[in-house]
Formats: sequence, C-alpha cells, structure tokens
Amino acid sequence: MNSMLEIHNLSVTRGSQEVLHINHLEIAKGEVLAVIGPNGAGKSTLLLTLSRLLQPASGQIFFQGEPIESQDELTYRRRIGLVLQDPLLLDGSVFSNVAMGLRFRGLPRRLVAQRVEDWLKKLGVWHLKDRPAHRLSGGEAQRVNLARAFVLQPEVMLLDEPFSALDAPTRARLLEDFHALLQVTAITTIFITHDLDEALYLGEKVAVILKGRLRQSGPPQEVFSAPADPDVAAFVGVETVLPGTVMASHEGQLSIDASGQRLYAVGETEVGRAVFLCLRPEDITLWPADGAYPSSARNRLAGNIQRMTPQGPLVRVVIDCGFPLVALITRASGQEMGLAVGQAVTAAFKASAIHLIPR
Amino acid sequence: MQLIWEGIKQAFILLISGDPEVWEITLLSLEISGLATLISLLFGLPLGTWLALRNFRGRGFTLSLVNTGMALPPVVVGLWVSIFLWRSGPLGNLDWIYTPIAMVIAQTIIAAPVVIGLTAAALQQLDPRLQLQLLGLGASRLQMVLALWREARLPLLAAFMAGFGAVISEVGASMMVGGNIRHQTRVLTTAIVLETGRGEFAMAMALGFILLFLAYIVNLVLTSVQQRTMRR
Repeated sequence: MNSMLEIHNLSVTRGSQEVLHINHLEIAKGEVLAVIGPNGAGKSTLLLTLSRLLQPASGQIFFQGEPIESQDELTYRRRIGLVLQDPLLLDGSVFSNVAMGLRFRGLPRRLVAQRVEDWLKKLGVWHLKDRPAHRLSGGEAQRVNLARAFVLQPEVMLLDEPFSALDAPTRARLLEDFHALLQVTAITTIFITHDLDEALYLGEKVAVILKGRLRQSGPPQEVFSAPADPDVAAFVGVETVLPGTVMASHEGQLSIDASGQRLYAVGETEVGRAVFLCLRPEDITLWPADGAYPSSARNRLAGNIQRMTPQGPLVRVVIDCGFPLVALITRASGQEMGLAVGQAVTAAFKASAIHLIPR
Repeated sequence: MQLIWEGIKQAFILLISGDPEVWEITLLSLEISGLATLISLLFGLPLGTWLALRNFRGRGFTLSLVNTGMALPPVVVGLWVSIFLWRSGPLGNLDWIYTPIAMVIAQTIIAAPVVIGLTAAALQQLDPRLQLQLLGLGASRLQMVLALWREARLPLLAAFMAGFGAVISEVGASMMVGGNIRHQTRVLTTAIVLETGRGEFAMAMALGFILLFLAYIVNLVLTSVQQRTMRR
C-alpha cells in the first residue's frame, strides 16, 4: 500500500447540516493533490478534518494505512504541517516564528537554529530573520509562513489557499519557488485553491468539491477535459453544457439531438441515451455567416451574436443558436472579422471537442 | 486657603521625613492589595482564558455576569465577607475578621472579576484562527495557551494593573472587614477616612498624595500599554 491518506465515507456536520461528504479519496505518498471548488464548498472543512482540528460525524480516515484515531491527537498533529490562508505570524522576530513549531516539539536549540536557517534560506527570506514579523510585506509574510511549516519536515503538508491573498507578480514568484520545493522534498501535499491555473500548475491530482461533496478526483487533464457532471463541467470552465439525446451511433461516431440541432460527437454511447454535451469556449471557432468557410469541423451552427465581453487579449462571445453557445476568440480575430452584437455568424467545432456526460 | 497651604506643607514634611507610620500604612496597603491581585490573577487568568477560548452554551451569560462583577460595590463585598467571618458566622472560628487576611479575601473578590473579564477580553481580541494555526504547528493545548498569553501579554498586563487599581483605592470593604486598626489593618484609604474625620488634614493629604502617586503609576502603565497596542 503506497497510500498516505485515505478517506472513506467521511461526513462532517455543523449543527444538523452536513457540510462535507466524501465517499472515497486517496492521496498517495509524495503526491500533490489540488482541492478545488468555489468559496464555501467545504474545502477548508476537509483540511481541518485532516488536521484533526475538526471532528467528523462519521467515516474513516487512514494515515499510512492506520486509522488516524489509533494515535493520540498531538502525535498525529506533529506529523502534519498546516498552512492557513493568512500568515497569522506571532509577535516576535521572523526567526522565532519559524522556530516555534520545533520548540513545541522540544528540539535542542542547535538543531532548531540549523533547520530554521536552512528553510529561511530555501524560501529566500534568511536576510529577514531578525525583522519583527509584523513588519513584513504580504509576500514575505507568506514565505515565512511556508518556512514555518516546511521546517517541521511533516509527512503531509496541508495548505489552505496559501497564495490567494497575494498580488499577481508576488504570487507568480512564490508559486514557482513553492513548486520547486515540492519537487525537491517530494512531500505529500494537499492544497486548497479556487484558482484553476494554480491547480493545473501544482496538482498531480485534482479533487473537485462542490456544495460540500467530492464530485470528482483524478489527474488534472482528466478532470478538466472530462468532467463527471454538469456542475463540475461548469466549474472547470466548460461554459456550454447542453442536454441532448443520442440519435444514432456508427463506428464510434455519434449523432446527437440537442435543442433541435443535430450535432456530431465521438464516443460509445448507446442510441436513445440522454446525455449532457460539454463544450469549452476555446474549442469553438467563429466565421461571419456569409464568409467562405475553410474548416473541416463536423459541427456547424448558425446563430446571432448576443453579447461580447472583452477578457484581456480575448473576447468572450455568446452566440444564440437555439441555445447560448460561448466562444472565446482573440480580440484581433474579432476585429478582423468585424464581429458585432446582433451579427449572424457560423460557429464550428470538431466532433472530438464535445465531451459527453450521461444524464 | 491658609488651611490648604499649611496642610500641603505639613504633608510634604511627613513624606520627606519618612514618617514611620506613613511608611507602615503604605507598605501594608501594597502588601494586601498586591497579594489580593496576585491571588485573583492565579485563578482569574485560567478562568478568563477558559471563558475566552471555550465555546459552550451560556458563555455569553457567564461573561455578562463577570462583567457585572467588575462593577461589584465594595461595600456589598464587605458585607458578605463580614457575615461569613463574623464570630458567629460560618467561618467565624477561623478568627479572621479584622485581620489583613480578611482584607485580602475581600479585595480578591473585588479584583477577580476585573482580572477574569479583562483576560477574556484580551484573548478574544486575538484572531480566533490563531488557535488553529498554533495547534497546526504541533502545539499541545498548554503550549497553545502559553503562546496566546504571550501574544496578548500587554492587554493581560493591563488586566493585572486594573485589578490592582480597583483594590488599592477601595475603602468600603477594607474598612468593614479590616476595622482600620492601627498598626494592624490600617491602610491608605481607611487612614485617609479616619484622619479627615479627626481634622488631621496634613496626614490625610500626605496619604492622599501617596495613593494618587500609586494610581498614577497604574495608569501610566495602562496608558503606555494602550498606546503600544494601538501602534501595531
């Protein structure tokens, strides 16, 4: 068994309400798991439960194959590291903050000094060691916060949105350093984020928690390209989710009726089956309705532009083709084609761009 | 005016000459009130901490009781301590009435709610997630509490000083349970009452200046604590 943590039928309640339910989730030794979901979905509850700071109503958690209750709470807590979203540094120097956890464990002074120095250097904040902790910038404080947990050399690292309160450039630099540290230490890590890019960058495995339930877990590419249900699809950026029915199936080619439109997809779903069709906006190309159409894409839909919203260098275009279809195109190509609200366009996408979820 | 000037002059002569009785009264005041504050701290600190950190049904009610206790009228405390220590009272055979022990008991009862209430307030001012963070760093419950005390050390010092300030200037209970006996239970406040009644204004003023000076020290510490807390 190579599993570090394993969760079975976990249920956490607040009052009479269940705030988190996980049927099964496993984190292998050395694995980096990104837990994603919107705010208030129950992600932090999961972390506190895994830290044994919150008592679950029922279910089991195994730590290296043993139920976590088999060791006393303090011993268990000293095998894990917990990093919260805000640094919450204590009054005192940077050094004393990072040394705190080791002092709790009663380590000899020389060893403490050595390890604190080591980790402050690894996180690039050694020069701040004598600075009072409340006089750090946001980025510096978060680095000290990370050093404070890493210095404990825990077997599992639990992090609750550690980068979300930082400005973009600071965050990018810290993410890079953090990524490198995870590679070097090979420490089993569970981190929470509501940022999909962060999850993709750091996560070797992604778990999606929505409305207090674990909906899907697996490799990031699987979760992002093949979401398990429409809610997960919506959360991971699949903007168009349509109900449809499989009308015909021939050699892995499906013909599907969706809101009166005939669409082609790839898959092995039986005829008559009700499905959801998922489409990512970046997979959809647009052409003016009267223009020559140079693509081989199987699916072509005619519609009118309903709304155009600029998003940095991109434009999010909503097309009404019997249902709202969301496409993401570059600002330049939008201008080239002279797209405008109300204009008739053809939207095209490959059969393989459609991901099917049985309903 | 003559009376006031003469009084002030005499008072300073008493203070500068180091009048043994003035010294004796001052030291006894410091001993009794200091001991009462220490004892109230001894159980007020853990109790206040418990009230601040433990979430239980009726916590709000308990805290409101403690806060009411902060305004406990000393004469009422004096009355009840007297009843218990009275020769025929439940603890009468201890023979503590009109002794410094009785005064320490009364003052402890006055100071305790102040220490408990301000300790709870000091710890509740801390970010509640700090507890999780400390436990997450591997602190035992005791280590967590010690770290929180350290974090709130300035407001906790304020709680101690406020407790001391409440009892050093208190007169009602000390008079009732101590009896203002010369060389035994006479403290600054009860002596001022007596000397004023006898028309010995110089002595009363000298003792009053000492009391004011002690109150000033207490408030100096409190104010500097407040200023340092605000600067952060």
